[in-house]
Amino acid sequence: MTFWEKLYLPEIARGLGITFKMLIGPKMTIQYPEEKYHPGGYYRGRPVLVLDEDGERCVACGLCSRVCPPLAIEVRAGETDREKERYPVKFEINMLRCIFCGLCEEVCPEEAIVMSKDLEMVFENRESAILGKEKLLVPVAQLQDRLEYLRMHQYYEPPARAQDA
Amino acid sequence: MPTIYIDGKPIEAREGQSILEAALEHGIEIPHFCWHPAMSAPANCRICLVKVGMPRRKPDGSFETDENGNPVIQYMPKLQPSCRYPVSEGLHVLFQVPEVIESQHAVMEFLLINHPLDCPICDEAGECKLQEYAYFYSRGKSRFVEEKNHKPKHVIWGPNVIFDAERCISCSRCIRYADEILHDPVIDFVDRGDHVTIELFPGTQFDNPYSMNVIELCPVGALTSRDFRFKARVWEMSFTPSVCPGCARGCNMYVGVLHNQILRLQPRTNMYVNQYWMCDAGRLTQYPFVNENRIDKPLVCTENGTLTEVSWEEALDTFWNKLQSVDAKEIGIVVSGMLTNEDAFALRRFIQEYIPAATVMLMTVEDPEFEDDFLRVRDRRPNTRGVQTILGDVLASLSVEEFRAKVESKQLKLVWVIGEDLEQVWGEEGRKIADGADTLIVAASNVSSTTQVADLVLSLATYAEMEGTFTNIDGRVQHFIPALTTAERPYRWGMKASRWDKMGAWNDRWSHGPQRHCRPLWQMLAATASIAGHSWNYRKAADVFADLAQTVEGFARMTYALLDERRGIPLGKVDEPEPPVFHYDSHRLKPESEEYRYVQVYDKAEQWW
Repeated sequence: MTFWEKLYLPEIARGLGITFKMLIGPKMTIQYPEEKYHPGGYYRGRPVLVLDEDGERCVACGLCSRVCPPLAIEVRAGETDREKERYPVKFEINMLRCIFCGLCEEVCPEEAIVMSKDLEMVFENRESAILGKEKLLVPVAQLQDRLEYLRMHQYYEPPARAQDA
Repeated sequence: MPTIYIDGKPIEAREGQSILEAALEHGIEIPHFCWHPAMSAPANCRICLVKVGMPRRKPDGSFETDENGNPVIQYMPKLQPSCRYPVSEGLHVLFQVPEVIESQHAVMEFLLINHPLDCPICDEAGECKLQEYAYFYSRGKSRFVEEKNHKPKHVIWGPNVIFDAERCISCSRCIRYADEILHDPVIDFVDRGDHVTIELFPGTQFDNPYSMNVIELCPVGALTSRDFRFKARVWEMSFTPSVCPGCARGCNMYVGVLHNQILRLQPRTNMYVNQYWMCDAGRLTQYPFVNENRIDKPLVCTENGTLTEVSWEEALDTFWNKLQSVDAKEIGIVVSGMLTNEDAFALRRFIQEYIPAATVMLMTVEDPEFEDDFLRVRDRRPNTRGVQTILGDVLASLSVEEFRAKVESKQLKLVWVIGEDLEQVWGEEGRKIADGADTLIVAASNVSSTTQVADLVLSLATYAEMEGTFTNIDGRVQHFIPALTTAERPYRWGMKASRWDKMGAWNDRWSHGPQRHCRPLWQMLAATASIAGHSWNYRKAADVFADLAQTVEGFARMTYALLDERRGIPLGKVDEPEPPVFHYDSHRLKPESEEYRYVQVYDKAEQWW
C-alpha cells in the first residue's frame, strides 16, 4: 500500500461523497401505508386458488399438501359430475404456518394454486388465519401476471439420463 | 435345483419355476404387470422381456469355451418373456443390458400412449405399479402428440368395484382372477388393438364375496374401490400390519389410518393363512365400528338411572366393590371370542386369584351362511380357539338357556359381559339375561342395547387400538400392533402414523382426531388387581404374553418377535418351523419401511422410560 492508501482519508471522502449524492438524489423508499406497493409477477405473496370461467381448477390431488414443508395446507376431496371427477370439498391454508416458499405452486399439476400479490395479511386470532375455499378462490383474470411469469420460468426440465445418450 | 445365471450371478432356482419367479425370490425384481404368482402367466404386458441364452455345445456334447476357458453363451436372437420362460440348468439371463433396457423403455412408452395420465385424480396414485415403473423403466418423456383414445370412465362393475377403461393397460389380471380364482368369469376383453377394453358379459355383475381383491391386483387405477373413492390420498395415510377380526380365519391385513380414523382395510400377503386375498365383508364391515358409535369413557349408572362418564380410577373402584359385594358363586361371566390371548390370560388369572367360583361362559357367534370353501369360516369371532385354549377348565359348559335360568332364579346375581352385545347375539334370551341380572357389568367398545341397561360400562379397546395376538381357527397365533392412538396410550416411538398425524400441533384443525379413553381388558384387570393390593407387573402386552407363554403349554417359547418373523406360529409348533415361503407383494405405497420395527423400538422406548 502506498502512503495515501494507508491514510484511508481519500477513501472516506469518496464514501461520504456517495452518501451525500444519495441524500439529494431520487428516493427509493416507499412510504408504505400511505403509498401502496405494487409488485410484478415475480412476487410470492399469499397463495390462492385459481377460479376459471367454468369453476375451480383444483382437483384435490393433495400434492401441495404433501410438499408443503410446514404442513400449512389441508385438502379433502369429493366427487363431482364434471369431466375432472374430483374436487376439493375442503381446502384450508393455515397462514400462520405458511412460509411463502411457493413449493405448492411449483408442484401443482393443474396450475390451480399460485402465489398472489397479496402481501397485507392481518389476523385477529388463530382461527381467522386458517383460510377456507371462499377466501382462497380468486378469478383467473386477477392472476394473469403470475401465470405468465410461471410459464416464462419453467422450473423443471427432466434431466437426460446417462443411458439415453 | 437348476442353477441359472442372472447377469452372471448364480441363482439356485426350483424345478418348474419361471425366470421371473426365481429372480424375485432372490431379490432381483424383473418388472412385470400381468404376472401374478397365484395365476397363469399370459405374457401379454411384455415389460418382463429379458435376453436368454444357453452355453453352446460342440457336436460331441461338451461345452465350447473361449480362449479364457469360459463357456460361450449362445443368446436367442429375440428377447423372451421371463414370466413364461421356465428355468433350466445353466440358463444365462441378461437383465441389466442396453438391449433389455431399451425394450423396457419402448414398452413403457407404448403403455403410456393411451394412458390418460390423470394421476392427480386417480385413487391409485402413490401405490401404482405403472407410476413406479415409469420412474424406473421409462425415459420420462413421450413422443406421442396425437389425440389419445377415449374410453368409458367410471363404469360401475358391481357393488364394490368401479372401472375406468382409459386407465386400463390390458394386463388381464382381473379377468384371470375372476376366471381362475373365483370361478366366476363375468369379465373379458372386447375390441382389438388400442381400442381393447374390458366389459362385463350382458346381464351380469361383478358381484362376488371376494370381488374387491381386483383393486389390489390391478397394477393401475382402472379398478378402484367404491367405498374408499376419493376419501384420502394413500401417502396421507399410515398402513399398520394387523389381523382381520371378522372371522376365525384371521386374514392378515393393513389398516389404513388418517387422523386417527380407519379409512380402509386391505389384504397383507401371508401364504400360510390368506395368501394374497381377503373377503369384501372383512374389508367393509371391520372398520366402521372402530370409528363410530364408540364408548369414549367408562360409564357408571347413577341413582336416577342415567349413565354418566367417570374416570378410570373411579370406574375400577366401582367395579371392584361390585365384585366384592356378592359371593363369588353368584358371579356369571360371559366372555367373547373378540378378546385377545393376552386378555383371556389376564382374565384367567383374575378369576383364579379373586373369583375362582364364578361361572364363566364363552359366547360363540356362528353364521353358517358366512362360510364358504375359500377363506371365510362359520365362526365369526377371531379368537374363539385361543380363548378356549387359555381359559380351558375355567369355562363352564352351559347352554344359553341354562345360563338364563340361573340368572332368573338368582343363582347368579352379578353378570359381567365382556366384549359382546347380549341381545344382538342371543336375541330374546340375551335381553332376559340383561334384564334379569341384579348387577350388570359390561366391558364393551360400542354402544349397544346391553350397555344401555348396564350398571357399569368399562370402555374396551378395539383390535385397532391395542397390541395382542389372535389364535385363528387352525390354531395359528398371529401378532398385531395398534394402528390408532387413544387418550390412554398416545403416540409413541415406533408406532405408524402419517406425516400429518405425527407432525400436527394441538391447534391444527385436522390433527389427532378423536382420542378415546379405552383400555384393553388385561390393562383393566391389572389395574383392578392393584386396587386389590397385588402387583401383576404387566406394563405392556408383551409382559402378559411372556407370562402366557410360560403358563399355557401351546404358547410355550413364543415371543412377539418370533411371531412376526415367522408370520404367525401354530399352537405348540414353535420348535418345528414351517418351510420358508416367498410372500409376494405386487405393489403398495412406497417407500415402506420395515413393518415390524415397531416391536423392537417399542421395547426400547419402554426400557428408556
